[in-house]
Amino acid sequence: MRIEKFQLIDRVVEFKREDRTIRCEATVPQESSIFEGHFPGYPLMPGVLLVEAMAQTSGWMIIGREDFKRMAFLVSVRDAKFRSFVPPGSKLIVSAKISHDGSGFAVTQAQGELGDRIVCDATLTFRVTDFPNDELRNAMLHFATIVEFPMELVAND
Amino acid sequence: MSTTFDTVANIISETCDIPRENIKPESHAIDDLGIDSLDFLDIAFAIDKAFGIKMPLEKWTQEVNEGKATTAQYFVLKNLADRIDALVAAKNS
Repeated sequence: MRIEKFQLIDRVVEFKREDRTIRCEATVPQESSIFEGHFPGYPLMPGVLLVEAMAQTSGWMIIGREDFKRMAFLVSVRDAKFRSFVPPGSKLIVSAKISHDGSGFAVTQAQGELGDRIVCDATLTFRVTDFPNDELRNAMLHFATIVEFPMELVAND
Repeated sequence: MSTTFDTVANIISETCDIPRENIKPESHAIDDLGIDSLDFLDIAFAIDKAFGIKMPLEKWTQEVNEGKATTAQYFVLKNLADRIDALVAAKNS
């Protein structure tokens, strides 16, 4: 996880296209400038960044199912819950499932787990549109290699 | 048995906190009820679920943007209800 770069997912460990599910690894760094403020003497992963981790996990699934031809933009967060503190060094498994695949939008149920505990969950809505430019699409393709997205499951036509 | 319009009106009322009595078949979702595009996503989500369909919002939007249709054809609620009925009929045929 590179918090300062807003790259919260380390690796896609499972992408089930037909099941509309994904699982990712996301390890909170031991040190980050974010912990200087959140909180001094008691560092914790901020809840808003847990939401972002769930959103990025969902996003990889949506983009993958769209064969990297369309981008997912987060537009709504519902029922976000932070059930347990997440300290530095936590090895999270973040998973998501598309609960509704609409026309130009998608709704996901996402959660983060630490060991056998669910530490966060939320319902997220994304607008799904064509990539606004090649630069963003190329960047996502580049990040896909970094997070080991299984590109063999993506259509190349 | 409630009509398609009633179901849609109830969804809009609950989703956007608009009094049910203000929602008429002749109401334009955008121009009369002031529903924005984000709220309409929530409405579309609820309508898709309620009727077991996938409203082709992208196709409709494209037709409006290209001047092939007016927003009233899709977003006046009696017209929207007719389109939902057509989608349900197509799904069941």
